[in-house]
Amino acid sequence: MVIDVEACKGCDLCIDACPPRVLEMTVHEVNTRGYRYPRLLAGCTGCQACAQICPDFVFQVYKYDTPLELPLEDQGQQ
Amino acid sequence: MSDERIYLSTDSPPQEPAALVDDFTPSLITQANHHLCPGCGEPIAIRAAMEAIEELELAHSTITVFGIGCYTAFAHNLDVEVVQALHGRAPSVATGIKRMLPDGFVMTVQGDGDMVNEGLQEVLHAAARGENITCLLLNNGVFGETGGQMTTTTTLGQRTKTSIEGRDPHQHGHPILLSDLAATMDGAAYVARCAVNNAGNVARTKRYITRAYESQMAGAGFSLVEILTMCPTGWFVDTLEGPEYLQDTLAPVHNIGELKAP
Repeated sequence: MVIDVEACKGCDLCIDACPPRVLEMTVHEVNTRGYRYPRLLAGCTGCQACAQICPDFVFQVYKYDTPLELPLEDQGQQ
Repeated sequence: MSDERIYLSTDSPPQEPAALVDDFTPSLITQANHHLCPGCGEPIAIRAAMEAIEELELAHSTITVFGIGCYTAFAHNLDVEVVQALHGRAPSVATGIKRMLPDGFVMTVQGDGDMVNEGLQEVLHAAARGENITCLLLNNGVFGETGGQMTTTTTLGQRTKTSIEGRDPHQHGHPILLSDLAATMDGAAYVARCAVNNAGNVARTKRYITRAYESQMAGAGFSLVEILTMCPTGWFVDTLEGPEYLQDTLAPVHNIGELKAP
């Protein structure tokens, strides 16, 4: 997933739309326009729900040819 | 902010073998930047419409007629031909274009203030004549561009800038349900209503729009897709509450579903 944080207007729609709940809004960090933006936690399934709901076309979604194996402690911290 | 949480790098495409499944914008939206408010539903709906055009390979023959509203500014971001119509008159302009260019694919994009308040007779006459055009109605229940005043599709009890105590049927009248009205016309071939308040409904929106386009390509007659969109600025709600507000306020009155299908 590539997130174009400068295009984001901080509307939070992607946070609720994400089925595995792996997107999280920043709290203090903002982009150059002063909006908060989403960040990606481990566990994305590439379902494109965020890209479909985003009014500002912030998301570019890639699907790995083989799923990435993450260390166990990184998973389930959503 | 706990630093133990793992944030994946999202600055550049992945290094591992991966397939691009969803680009920033469909190829018919050439510029992603726009001036619509955060949480607006209109770019989501227009994206679905452009993706459907792309999938049906209609881009070379498409002429889009835009009404007046917030979405009008978005017309400059599209890689299809756009004609700007007078307020509410897009179906009549589209009628003229379609009659001169019967092989072209002609669609209109209008809001509820444009189509229902200002140009109700244009769209109903186009539907009654069975003009072979597709109309998209972006219905958010308020005049978003001018700051959230009441329109005729505002539901009873809904607070807007000009119905601050909620829409009162004795003072403001009852809402007009345009799709239900258009579905009664014999000239209308396909009428559907959908919403963009969650990913499932966005997928449904795209499906309905695709069916409407196919209906026009088959020469079946008038097709209308009403899309309920969020307008958190005009509704005076938080952007995050927009989808839920739509579900609680607009969707119970403007019922989602296919109202007329061949």
